[in-house]
Amino acid sequence: MDIIVCIKRVPETAEADLVIDASKKAIDTDGLVFSINEWDNYAVEAAIQLKESVGGTITVISVGPEENNEVLRRALAMGADEALRLTDPAFEGSDAYAMAKILAAAVKDIPHDLILTGVQADDDGFGAVGVALAQMLGLPYAALVTDIQLDGETLTVHRELEGGLEEVDTLKLPALLTIQTGINEPRYVSIMGIRRVARKEIGVKGAGDLGLSEEAVGAKGSLSRIEELFFPPVGEGAEIIEGTMDEKTEALVKILKERGGIA
Amino acid sequence: MIFDLTGEQEMIQHMTRDFAERHLKPAAEELDRTKAFPFENLKRLAQLGLMGMNISTDYGGSEVGVVAYSIVITEIGKACAATGVTTSVTNMVAEVIQEFATDAIKKEHLPKICDGTYPAGSFALTEPSAGSDAASIRATAVRDGNGYRINGTKTMITSGEHSGVTVVWAVTDKSARKGKGISAFVVERGREGFKVGKNEEKLGQRASTTNELIFEDCWVPDENLLGKEGDGFKIAMMELDGGRIGIGSLALGIGLAAIDYATDYAKNREQFGRSISNFQAIQWMIADTYTELEAARFLVLRAAYLKENGRKFTKEASMAKVFASEAARRATIRSVQMLGGYGYTKDYPVERFLRDVIVTTLYEGTSEVQRMVIAREILRGG
Repeated sequence: MDIIVCIKRVPETAEADLVIDASKKAIDTDGLVFSINEWDNYAVEAAIQLKESVGGTITVISVGPEENNEVLRRALAMGADEALRLTDPAFEGSDAYAMAKILAAAVKDIPHDLILTGVQADDDGFGAVGVALAQMLGLPYAALVTDIQLDGETLTVHRELEGGLEEVDTLKLPALLTIQTGINEPRYVSIMGIRRVARKEIGVKGAGDLGLSEEAVGAKGSLSRIEELFFPPVGEGAEIIEGTMDEKTEALVKILKERGGIA
Repeated sequence: MIFDLTGEQEMIQHMTRDFAERHLKPAAEELDRTKAFPFENLKRLAQLGLMGMNISTDYGGSEVGVVAYSIVITEIGKACAATGVTTSVTNMVAEVIQEFATDAIKKEHLPKICDGTYPAGSFALTEPSAGSDAASIRATAVRDGNGYRINGTKTMITSGEHSGVTVVWAVTDKSARKGKGISAFVVERGREGFKVGKNEEKLGQRASTTNELIFEDCWVPDENLLGKEGDGFKIAMMELDGGRIGIGSLALGIGLAAIDYATDYAKNREQFGRSISNFQAIQWMIADTYTELEAARFLVLRAAYLKENGRKFTKEASMAKVFASEAARRATIRSVQMLGGYGYTKDYPVERFLRDVIVTTLYEGTSEVQRMVIAREILRGG
């Protein structure tokens, strides 16, 4: 089975002190650590596990500058076979729709039975590229996938829904899945893996190579644009829990239970 | 002059950091409390290729260089010092075996160190009456048939009780000049006459065992001799030079863990109506500590670079070790100070960093021995 995994390089924002830049439309990424988008890491692992069980190839694709080679090489070290980086000044400012167009143009040239993406990206969080890509390619898709079983040409997948519901779907290959975190335990790359791919060539393609006009991608080819980014004002009614660590923990657990946060 | 890591070294650093934050850091507090040996995490580190970093791939090593080794030990040290020292020493045991052992011994033991079959390896040099003055060891190895019979007691042996193999130093020629009659042997776990004594109750790095080892008529065959008879002291010095890069790297990691934690704490701790990071008293501690640790990092990496490129690095390794361990000790003391009374409690990790760092100025040669080595090298014109 030939699998394509689309991966993104994102800044780690969970514990960083974020600063909004002068344009007020993006965060200042100076000094932030970048890594593979968490969801995409699970998607790479899911692809490797499928390859290990039925054979085939894995191609990882990322859109962005040379720094993206880091995440591509990491995926190769984990077990992907080929890597492709899509880059062009014209791609700047692409929204999820334009991004899906870029990826669609690239995957058309690569044999594939299955395409995997993460559910969403850590930074933008639109959760749209995967499903938009499926639509453009006319592929059946499932989003928020937490389990994959393959039987011949049929995929049986579990999807995580609101309220703890789980849905089971079947899809015919070729198909696209957006992968939820927790579906597996992504392996660490070993030094042996890193050494194996140290000199492996990473393919590069631009708008021209993909047959995309400048109008089709970037800000011009997008359907949406970011108007402003801001930190929400601090709300009223915050409750500060006082006491020793044990008392605070106990009080917090009580509140979470009362309000249905935990069972 | 290039200060950047290679792409490969950077990937190894990221991988190790990622693994250490998820698996080693969360375990460190409990390991310190219980003194439980981290078998499972050591096995996983081996599977990632981190136990034979300078061992040929022919023997299952990852052959990735001394700079990568240094970076890895720093990252592990940031998360769990006890796991860090075990990893550092085990790597060095593999290196010494690769450098000096017979083919049969290399084939037998190196793959098992590299793949984690052995939880650790150890060096048995120190004796109750031979610490800094290592050449004064009294353990003996006497020829007996096609081998040697070892007798003596070793003390303070890191990972002694959990080692698949131990390198043991003993006097083979009592009539030779001091330091000249010593030989080194590979002794496998479970050999008759090889007994493990007590595990010391230590201030820090508590999950790393520190054992007494007793040899009573312990016989090993000729093939277990490292190098030639009388090469022992040379082998010990070679091991110590390389080991100092490891301990310097480890100390750096502990120091960084402390000051990173304390700096984060200072940003969020309010007194007198504002974050204490606004006070110059705190800022200077932050500035001094990061400056000193950055200097330590470059000393350690330069010593690693010299060794990796086959150049002389004895003086540089000692400079790196003494400076990094003392800078890291200052870092942990300042970190406790920055947290105030909280820093003195076990609710926060900085007291553990302080306890863990102390031994880095003691083992693999005390600070005083490092200064002796540095001065000797300089005065000799090196």
